[in-house]
Amino acid sequence: MSLTAADFVPIWPELLLLVMVCVILIADLFLRDDQRNGVYVLSLLTLAACAVVTVVSAGSDVSIVMHGMFVDDPMSDALKVMVYLAVGVMLVYSRTYIEARGMFRGEFYTLVLFATLGMMVMISANHFLSLYLGLELLSLSMYALVALQRDSAESTESAMKYFVLGALASGMLLYGMSMIYGATGSLEIPRVAERIANGQANATILVFGLVFVVAGLGFKFGAVPFHMWVPDVYQGAPTAVALFISTAPKLAAFAFAIRLLVEALGHPSLLVEWQQMLAILAVLSMAIGNITAIAQTNLKRMLAYSTISHMGFLMLGLMSGTVDGYGAAMFYVAVYAFMGLGTFGMIMLLSRKGFEADRIEDFKGLNRRSPWYAFVMLLLMFSLAGVPPTVGFYAKLSVLQAALDAGYIGLTIVAVLLSLVGAFYYLRIVRLMYFDEPTDTAPIVASAGARVLLSVNGLAALVIGIVPGWLMTLCQQAMQASL
Amino acid sequence: MIPLTHYLVLGAILFAISVVGIFLNKKNVIILLMAIELMLLAVNTNFIAFSHYLQDTSGQIFVFFILTVAAAESAIGLAILVVLFRTIRSINVEDIGRLKN
Repeated sequence: MSLTAADFVPIWPELLLLVMVCVILIADLFLRDDQRNGVYVLSLLTLAACAVVTVVSAGSDVSIVMHGMFVDDPMSDALKVMVYLAVGVMLVYSRTYIEARGMFRGEFYTLVLFATLGMMVMISANHFLSLYLGLELLSLSMYALVALQRDSAESTESAMKYFVLGALASGMLLYGMSMIYGATGSLEIPRVAERIANGQANATILVFGLVFVVAGLGFKFGAVPFHMWVPDVYQGAPTAVALFISTAPKLAAFAFAIRLLVEALGHPSLLVEWQQMLAILAVLSMAIGNITAIAQTNLKRMLAYSTISHMGFLMLGLMSGTVDGYGAAMFYVAVYAFMGLGTFGMIMLLSRKGFEADRIEDFKGLNRRSPWYAFVMLLLMFSLAGVPPTVGFYAKLSVLQAALDAGYIGLTIVAVLLSLVGAFYYLRIVRLMYFDEPTDTAPIVASAGARVLLSVNGLAALVIGIVPGWLMTLCQQAMQASL
Repeated sequence: MIPLTHYLVLGAILFAISVVGIFLNKKNVIILLMAIELMLLAVNTNFIAFSHYLQDTSGQIFVFFILTVAAAESAIGLAILVVLFRTIRSINVEDIGRLKN
């Protein structure tokens, strides 16, 4: 049992990121406050370098290394590149925001990069141990990030809630994993699947474990009835951190669900079990998410309920049980992550020192103040609502198509009706922006990078909506080659 | 020899106590942290019992990692608790309710 050089080739991006986080952590100690920009630049360069390494080494083959701990397949490469992109864009958007709130310190960047490392480990996990360690690296960094604004009571309270419920979710997942281990006698995902297929597993213990695993996953996704932490954390966390929580980790959670439910527990006898559970979670999430969002006056809280409903749609794709459905779900989660980036980016754009633009009223009359950003926000809102020709429409359509193909006709009708309900609160923001008088007339200040990226982000929602084929093909091919 | 089911029942009881502790506790945040620790220990009991029963060491190795992560987790939990106490001067669960629409 020894590692060879070949074991290290697929984990290059992880190793690079780990080394660079340690370098940034140490370098930050020697920087003066006016040199802090170096940490920001170095973090972006690290992400870019990881992206290059991942893209260069990407192939269509599946390689399992590190004694079965780690897998490098097309799905993991595609999701990792999306994670780097989401984290990088988030760092650019939040640059001015965190500086105005005294959070522009090395900790922010090292914690974000450690969380990114956790996500990468989760995405490439081939063993329950690496799944768990990746998840915990992500979660522990997240708890600290939410609590980073130490003088704010809201922030620390939401950090406490996030911590307690996140730990509960991890506990449930672990309990489920222990049951699956007991039933199959292995912790390695392909071997778990193999033993289930051979009928060597105890079915009762297995289903018992599955229930806990789905509950834990529901917590991590923020699906109803495990959603209570989502609105509080989104509202209480600094907007930059709320943005982070709502985007990249969803990509990792998607990979987590695929590894655990599809790869380990995807045997037809278990598939029907978790399909039913996901169906319940999906319907409840879409219903409670969309209906509660209407009553919100805080935009971050509204976006939290919107996230819950979007996770319902994601589950609709996952529960279809077909490779096309998983591809549609991957497309959905990628599109959702970038719409979330744009929307939270807009909140940060309108915020400034001592002022949080997190109430829906703060978007009143945005068209008078800046027609261009009003238009960008309009595109993002249309996309979240699923109005054609934006990408959100295509994402919803492909997920619904997958559910329909799998024979869930009733569920599809319910999903369409609930997304109509959801359109109401997104369009309300559009109405406020275009037909109301501005209450806040301060000029919009943001870095050039954030302005350009935000514009690209908004336009991408439109452009990818018109030509969605390439991204869809990428997701479908990644899924087909990996499963 | 003690049969496997006894260990599993013990694990389930510990797990149930910890879940109840998280949801019914209305007094002290520290009790929440204790409940979380207890939950991880319930999982550890399960893993060790299965590991012994299956004659497979990987379950026991998993337990080492869970213990390590649990230590890191409680360090962060206590750190958040200290920050929380500094801002709201209380560690009573009922005093945490600022975030409402």
